[in-house]
Amino acid sequence: MTTTIDSLFGVHEQALIYRSKRAEILASNMANADTPGYKARDFDFKSVLNTLKTPSARVDQTHHQHIGFDQTPAAVSLAYRIPTSASLDGNTVDAKVEQAQYAENAMDYQTSLRFVNGKISSYLSALRGE
Amino acid sequence: MSLYNIFDIAGSGMSAQTTRLNLVASNMANADTVSSSTGETYRARQPVFAAVLQNEVSSHQQSAAKSVRVSGVVESQAPLRQEFAPQHPMANDEGYIFKPNVNIVEEMANMMSASQSYKNNVEMLNTAKQLLQQTIKIGQ
Repeated sequence: MTTTIDSLFGVHEQALIYRSKRAEILASNMANADTPGYKARDFDFKSVLNTLKTPSARVDQTHHQHIGFDQTPAAVSLAYRIPTSASLDGNTVDAKVEQAQYAENAMDYQTSLRFVNGKISSYLSALRGE
Repeated sequence: MSLYNIFDIAGSGMSAQTTRLNLVASNMANADTVSSSTGETYRARQPVFAAVLQNEVSSHQQSAAKSVRVSGVVESQAPLRQEFAPQHPMANDEGYIFKPNVNIVEEMANMMSASQSYKNNVEMLNTAKQLLQQTIKIGQ
């Protein structure tokens, strides 16, 4: 059993970051549901999590003067949603689709949160020896 | 934290839809305003929405999160309704009055669409708020 504090939450730590990132993108799709020419965007959550598993994708800062960059969103390759129906103003947002995706994403976020909470409470009970 | 940006995005959406609703209200209220020349007649007004890139400056990578803003208000170019009504107090020398080019049916549909979009933004904001509240309760 690996008990390093870094890997305490497993994939859920990263999952929460990308879930909130996705929520933001879906939110901008919905806010721009009536903007002419706006193209709905999204990313494939599964493939993003898969790229995180390959350790070569990460860059470490070994010196405090190294120019740091935000590594987490870099892996996200955003795609354009394929519209189900064409609209006259070039907008590809389907509010209902975005709503469903947003709700699903929120549920998955809560699931990850639940896992993190479960981990914390099980570690706490192990520490207390109850 | 990306979830905080949702407040900005949903807020911008709500404010844009409010502008749209205001213009619909203005159009409908003035639908029967009569004037005696084409220059003075009220014309239907519509907002023009445009996407704004979030955190353009702070972040160098491509950020897809976009809020919305009203980039301008345009007046409808549709022809005004001209009526021959010599007994009307606003009639011009030739006996014509001019009525606005407001299409009431169009405005009603526009109003429903705007209020639906407004509701969507509110729901979105509520969900983001719930998620954040649960997040700050981690480990409790």
